[in-house]
Parts: sequence; structure tokens; C-alpha cells
Amino acid sequence: MKFWRTPLDADKIKVPHGETYVIKERCKGCGFCVEFCPKRALRLSDEFNIKGYHPPEMIGKDECVNCGLCEMICPEFAIYCLEEEEVQVEG
Amino acid sequence: MITKEHPMTPLLRMDRIPHIWCPTCGIGTAVSCFAAALKQNEIPLEKVAIVSGIGCTGRVAGYMKVDSFHTTHGRAIPFATGLKLARPEMKIVVFSGDGDLFAIGGNHFIHAARRNMDLTVICVNNFIYGMTGGQLAPTTPLSAKSTTSPYGNYEHPFNLPHLAASCGATYVARWTALHIRRLTNSMSEALNKKGFSFIEVIAPCSTVYARRNRLGSGLDLMKFYHDNCEIKNGANPEEADIGFQSKIIVGKFVDKEKPSFIDNMHVGLKRALGDKYIPYGGDDGAK
Repeated sequence: MKFWRTPLDADKIKVPHGETYVIKERCKGCGFCVEFCPKRALRLSDEFNIKGYHPPEMIGKDECVNCGLCEMICPEFAIYCLEEEEVQVEG
Repeated sequence: MITKEHPMTPLLRMDRIPHIWCPTCGIGTAVSCFAAALKQNEIPLEKVAIVSGIGCTGRVAGYMKVDSFHTTHGRAIPFATGLKLARPEMKIVVFSGDGDLFAIGGNHFIHAARRNMDLTVICVNNFIYGMTGGQLAPTTPLSAKSTTSPYGNYEHPFNLPHLAASCGATYVARWTALHIRRLTNSMSEALNKKGFSFIEVIAPCSTVYARRNRLGSGLDLMKFYHDNCEIKNGANPEEADIGFQSKIIVGKFVDKEKPSFIDNMHVGLKRALGDKYIPYGGDDGAK
């Protein structure tokens, strides 16, 4: 993550890191997650799903902070985030 | 293995997903927030029942994996009232649309709020009758176009929080489909609130409301909410009128304590019958 100056408590605060998963077949391409992601970590992809919509994809691997906004705002229950560490433990 | 499962899966009837709501409709977001509120409170799912009426939002009862009932048009609140009186230990939620709750079932709403029935009413307000083809609803703002008002609406719309508050509801809030965290917190407060709690969720309707009024898609309406909503907790609901594409006042308007219908019923019957009175529903009923 980039800062315009190093925060004073940078050593104490740990920025959470998440991974976003998209269930592509359920997406109806509304773009809510893309528009309102606070980190602008998503974009509509060029690929088509089975319904003919463009499901979202992550722009970079490091941007997601696991805030869960996309998971809550998605009207199709098609996107969710998991904390990165959690995934590694399970994997 | 990574669990490739959506966290809402245990709360939804996955065999019915994908749902029928249009792309950029806000009802799915309201359902998502409600599921999150249930999860947040760790309420056992067998202790919750959802009652819906007819309409787009009326389909919510079919998608949530709790006891649910899809009633006749406008009759969600009477059904929920009966359910609450028969099973006082359950949390009964009425999840329905503005047309169902305020046009066809308007009288039921008024009287349930007057009695202070122990219900949580969530009204998804999209300003129009969506499922039947975009007719004028009692919440359609002045000058908005609909199928039955092609030259613009000239009827005054309902101000739903004001109506609920003036009828005696103990908890009144209004949020939009964009205020997901506040809406979730409000829903969990309403679930734990004794008495009649009412939450209005303003949701975009892309296919009829936005298209008839040339407002773009539901995403454009969400951007509009982002720019034009004003959070005013504790504001007078009388001033929370909604005009066509005007500023929307959102927030928690009323949060007060008042004996509910069941409390009053126990007191009244105990006074009349004395020791002969046995509360229905066992000990839970007397609480």
C-alpha cells in the first residue's frame, strides 16, 4: 500500500489484506462493487459469464483490505472477501 | 482447500439463487444486509420467521433459509401479527415493498403500529410498483413519471417514517441500499427492539423507475444516493419528505420505549381474570 508520507504509527497498525472471490455465473454486471470499492481494487473484466455479463476482477493482488463492502453491496451474493492469512491456514 | 463458498450461503435457499431481481436492483443488497444482521446477532435461525407480501420485495421470503411465508397482497402484517401471538418467543420480520405495505396493506400497517405489535417491519421503497409494470405507487414522488402517470405524478406521496412515527412505532429509521453498514446495524437494533420497529430502505429500481424517468440505471441512482443523502439521526420525521431527485434525509428518527401489545395484553387479561389467566405460549409469552 502506498502512503503520501509514512504514518507515525506505521509499525503498530497492521493493514489487513484480503482476497476477493467472484462467483462468476451469478454476476449480473451491475457494477456496484466496482463503483463503490473504497480501494478501487476491482474492474469489470472483458470475459463473459454464462448470462452474457462481464463479472468483476481484481486489478492488483495487494489492493484489497478485506473491508467486505463488495460482499455486502452485491445484490447477487456473487462476491466475497476472505482474509489472506485465513486462506493460507486453510490451504 | 480454500472454502469456495459465499458466507451468506447458510442463510439463503441456494437452490433458488440466482434470484429474479433485475441487474442493479437494490433489494438483493437489503437481503444481504438483513442476513448480515442475523449473523451479527447470532440469532438461531429457527427463532426467526419472515413474512412477505406480493411484489418484487415479496420474493424475499422465498430466498431466506428461515421459516417464511409469502402471503396474499398487503396481508403480510396481519399474518405476522397472528404468528407473533401464537409463537411469542419468535422474532417475526415483515419484509415487503412500499406498494404492498402502504397501498394495499396500509390500514394493517397503521393498526399494527398503533397497537405496538412486537414486529420488525422492513419496507424496501423503490417508489413504484415494479413487478406489475411500473404503475404509480403511494410513494412515487411529485412529478415523477410512471406507466399510469406518463405526464408526471401530481399526487402527494407518503412520508413513510413520519407515518410510522405518528402511528406510534417505537423504532423508525430510513437508509438507502448504499448505507450498508448503517442499515445492518439498524436492522440488528430493530431485531432486538421490543415493539413495532420500522425501517425504510430506499432501493433503486432500474427497469421501471429509472427507465421511465430517464435516470439511467440503478448504478446511477446509487451514485445519486451517494451524493444527495444527508444523515440526520434524531431528525423530525415530518421534515424527511422525499421529492423527485431531491435531497434524501436518512437516519434513525425514533428510538423509544413503550409497552408492546403483548405486554399490555398480559396486564389487561391478568387484571380481568386474575389467577385463572394462563399466558399463551408458556413462560415465554409472559416475558
